Amino acid sequence: MPTFTALSSTVTAAFLGSLVEVVEAFTIVLAVGITRSWKPALIGAGLALALLVGLVVIFGPLIALIPIHLMQFVVGVLLLMFGMRWLRKAILRAAGVIALHDEAMAFAKETDLLTRQAAERRADYLAGLAAFKAVLLEGVEVVFIVIAVGTARGLTLYAGLGALAAVILVVCVGAILHRPLTQIPENTLKFAVGLMLTAFGVFWLGEGLGADWPGADLALLYILASLVAVSAGTVSLARRATPKARSL
Amino acid sequence: MTLLRAILAELLALFVDDSRLALQVLGLVCAITALVKLAALEPLLASALLLIGCICILVASVLHRAKS
Repeated sequence: MPTFTALSSTVTAAFLGSLVEVVEAFTIVLAVGITRSWKPALIGAGLALALLVGLVVIFGPLIALIPIHLMQFVVGVLLLMFGMRWLRKAILRAAGVIALHDEAMAFAKETDLLTRQAAERRADYLAGLAAFKAVLLEGVEVVFIVIAVGTARGLTLYAGLGALAAVILVVCVGAILHRPLTQIPENTLKFAVGLMLTAFGVFWLGEGLGADWPGADLALLYILASLVAVSAGTVSLARRATPKARSL
Repeated sequence: MTLLRAILAELLALFVDDSRLALQVLGLVCAITALVKLAALEPLLASALLLIGCICILVASVLHRAKS
């Protein structure tokens, strides 16, 4: 029986991580739908989803064959690399060192490209391909997040439900608004997900090495708290360390 | 072929954005695993070292990028 800490942190990480990726994929599919037509947008997105489901059905059961300690170790390493990459970028964005991801700009860029391709004979194919690529590439990240946060404790189903909730939320809100979801605080979400995935990575790697964390699953919380404190401090340190700040 | 290359590049980019950061994390994991397996380091102590090491790598990587 999973503990509340394990269950809630798994579902939250899967939901928030998927939300960021689904918003990015939605922007491209929306650009294709509005600029070209909804037929290539939906066919492209549908084929990508079918391919993702196929990959999960084929490779998912193979994961169960890996011994638990080895799986915790491998998942821990991958989560650590994935989570620290997100966290580093989110800190740099929060500190103003690199620009924030702009969903409106991504939408404008895709719309511009599709408009330039509109005269081509295979414009529908190119538009469908753009939707296919966006859903497939962002979907691969969603699949990784679901498998990584869910597998090591047998909570893949719950992690999958978290991701599904993110998909439903984005599609419903997007269908109502009919424009890119620019109001989503993407960097804050990425910051939170980076923190959670890094905490999961340290936790699973520790378990994979044979550590008995004091407080069992509650260890996730104090690992997370220490990462939050250090990351918040690093944002202000990075702000002061930028050449622009030093020249003032 | 281009699509397959894009998918593979995206898969690699899932874990490696800044190659320095990725190498430092892998180096830390290898060093700590070696200490546990070869020098019989207590796994809980190794896990604490892992957390401290990750924090140091993260702070150093962010500040290096901020200063450049």
